[in-house]
Amino acid sequence: MGGVKTTTKQKIAFSVLFLCTLIVVLPVLFVLWAILKGGAPAINWQFLSTMPREGMREGGIYPAIIGTIYLVSLSVLFSLPIGLFAAIYLNEYAKDNLLTRLIRLAIVNLSGVSSVVYGLFGLALFVNFLKFGVSILSGALTLAIMNLPVIIIASTEALASVPFSFREVSLSLGASRWQTVRYSVLPNAIPGILTGAILSLARAAGETAPILFTVAAFYLPKLPKSIFDQAMALPYHLYIISTQIPNIKTEVRYGTALVLIGIVFSMNIFAVVIRAKFRKKKKW
Amino acid sequence: MQDNTVADKIPNPETRNSDKISIRNLNIWFGRVQALKNLNLLVQSNEILSVIGPASSGKTSFLRQINRLNELEVNCRVKGEILLDKKNIQELRCEILRKRVGMIFALPQVLPLSIYDNIAYGPRMHGITDKNYLDNIIEQSLTASFIWDEVKDRLNESALKLSGGQQQRLCISRTLAVKPEVILFDEPCSGLDPISTAKVEESMLKLKKDYTIVLVTNNVKQAARVGDRTAFFLMGELIEIDKTDKIFTAPGDKRTDDYIRGKFG
Amino acid sequence: MRIRLFKEFIIEKLIFLSGIASILFVILIFVFLLKEGLSFFKEINLFKFISGKHWYPISEPEQFGILPMILGSLLVTLGAIIFAVPLSIGAAFYISEVAPGKIKDILKAGIEMLAAIPSVVLGFIGMITLVPLVKNVLHLPTGLTAFSGSIMLGLMSMPTIISISEDAINAVPKSYKEGALALGATRWQAMYRVTIYAALPGIIAASMLGIGRVIGETMAVMMITGNAAVIPHTFFQPVRTLTATIAAEMGETVYGSMHYYSLFAIGIILFIITFIINITADMVLHRKHK
Repeated sequence: MGGVKTTTKQKIAFSVLFLCTLIVVLPVLFVLWAILKGGAPAINWQFLSTMPREGMREGGIYPAIIGTIYLVSLSVLFSLPIGLFAAIYLNEYAKDNLLTRLIRLAIVNLSGVSSVVYGLFGLALFVNFLKFGVSILSGALTLAIMNLPVIIIASTEALASVPFSFREVSLSLGASRWQTVRYSVLPNAIPGILTGAILSLARAAGETAPILFTVAAFYLPKLPKSIFDQAMALPYHLYIISTQIPNIKTEVRYGTALVLIGIVFSMNIFAVVIRAKFRKKKKW
Repeated sequence: MQDNTVADKIPNPETRNSDKISIRNLNIWFGRVQALKNLNLLVQSNEILSVIGPASSGKTSFLRQINRLNELEVNCRVKGEILLDKKNIQELRCEILRKRVGMIFALPQVLPLSIYDNIAYGPRMHGITDKNYLDNIIEQSLTASFIWDEVKDRLNESALKLSGGQQQRLCISRTLAVKPEVILFDEPCSGLDPISTAKVEESMLKLKKDYTIVLVTNNVKQAARVGDRTAFFLMGELIEIDKTDKIFTAPGDKRTDDYIRGKFG
Repeated sequence: MRIRLFKEFIIEKLIFLSGIASILFVILIFVFLLKEGLSFFKEINLFKFISGKHWYPISEPEQFGILPMILGSLLVTLGAIIFAVPLSIGAAFYISEVAPGKIKDILKAGIEMLAAIPSVVLGFIGMITLVPLVKNVLHLPTGLTAFSGSIMLGLMSMPTIISISEDAINAVPKSYKEGALALGATRWQAMYRVTIYAALPGIIAASMLGIGRVIGETMAVMMITGNAAVIPHTFFQPVRTLTATIAAEMGETVYGSMHYYSLFAIGIILFIITFIINITADMVLHRKHK
């Protein structure tokens, strides 16, 4: 009798847990479905490849797409080398001491700072102090620092997954520490590092708050000519047309959201595919 | 690197048959555990010194100290000194020391590269880029460990496709390719079948003409087969060291006798 | 040879510099917030700033009181956490302990997707779907309320809480669970009598990091909470958060004005809040390992 009761309890409990999970996952499906349904009619070649017109009510979102591509590519140019080197330091060189502990705390902290605070920081340091102005450069640097923890954490994991014996072999053949990292460890950690870099790119592409005051132009129907120019960017554009432009067709808003989420998700999927492919090919 | 000439391979006549490595009052700790206690030992040029002993007798810690691989462990502490050709190894740069003192690990540790690139790895790290010269080294090294005929037609295939025994002989070739003076074998046959083991042992016997070899093994019979001299370690201490024949026929210590007869270990 | 050694020396120095770059950036962020924010605190004292009930940064005389925004942030965070934490813990348990292989992978992918949706997109969807829904169902004058913000932010904090809780649950030694099962407990009993206690530090840290994420969240909250800088009395009225204040107003400030500096002052407060939360969460996580 007691047995029946406890198993019934378990059934109920598991159903409740399942319901919890459903409540988390279903909104994702809803969001995707809503954006796809609302945005698909807006997507056509003209929408993707022309300048906005009539105060963004007409025309396309071409400069916003280009602006976002410029921003994220430039930001990864800064964050990947520093992030990768930092990961190499932590995983291959650092000893278990106070400095290492401080670095780890700093990384935890960087990943927890509010995105709008990064925006303030970028404004104070890059725009005003270093006089880069409101520009692609300022925005990309701000995004780069914000993305640093993601790249460091992913790269550290990738390096740590390379067997210790590879290092032993290389060192025992008289290779130096750096040679060991360069020729024995890195080549085998590349897929993981790549995955992390792409995921961080995807994140950078969707961020709005850090670029609000550092790069974003409200309405700029032309392409940036240099990294010192302002630029439009997709997430900021979506914010503007959702909140500050009345009487705009909802279709245009949905369409912009769809393009943004399309870019972010395709990068995510690309990263996952790379990871899966190399995991299968893993040779040791 | 200019010191990679073929002449390197011929041992200096002055050091031949003299003390290649001398170990003085060596103590090693890992954290609070003392792995090796006050070891004094000489390794002679062109001999095979077998080191036997049960698990945690300190024999591997001893071996990994000769090329300072113990330094990779965070909590390792060392006292005492090791001299290589009368020069303290702590005064050598690690890269130089490890180039002179090569190591073969317990499991065949091939890198996920082609056969060719596995062997070229060491020389390349020491600055050799000349293709012909590399080709030469690779053929020599593979020949010296008796695997050239088996792999000469597929040097560009992944080394991971080789059998365990072939992999281990490839590892020996890889070590030979950097032209060391001393080769440390850390239980090199523990994962191999008897035929592969025989081949590895055969190459060891041929190699001692040009190299000094220290062999740590769990396999007492292997020590008897290849060792010129044999050392018996127990709980971090050297119990005795002598000619292999002597150790196996009339050991000076009862514990050695017990171990060889398989009474413990 | 010598050239190679020199090259390696340079590279290893660069590696070390990159290693400590994170520390450098944390300090830089703090210094530059202070550099701009301190000019503000020279004129207005901290206590007045925090306890002031009125935010009129550009009227004459200007008033800088951020109490309404502090309360707004707290209210939205509280609401988000009340519903996100239990749901996330439930989901984490379901995913790591109950769900069979394939379903587990699908659910995890779904949660990763949720984490990947940009905040501005969630804000947009919230504006268009959730806000009218809240307005109509609850018969409110506006759907732009703390309540709507809480729901959205709760959703956004879930991936963080779930994945870190899941790690904590997976880290519980199998022997604990097996011990309970061997004594005749059902899987559910083993879960709520053994596993949850063993995983508790991790779950607490996860919730704290979730809170940190909610407090710092900007775009979605700005788009759906109504942005009224008044002291809130219920969940069902418009509020304004600290983050939204910075994001919404910085664009209109004059460089070097009190208004400009005041937003940096808010930034300092936000930075300190997230700093404390993250350090504490990390300490809780770290203690578990010892």
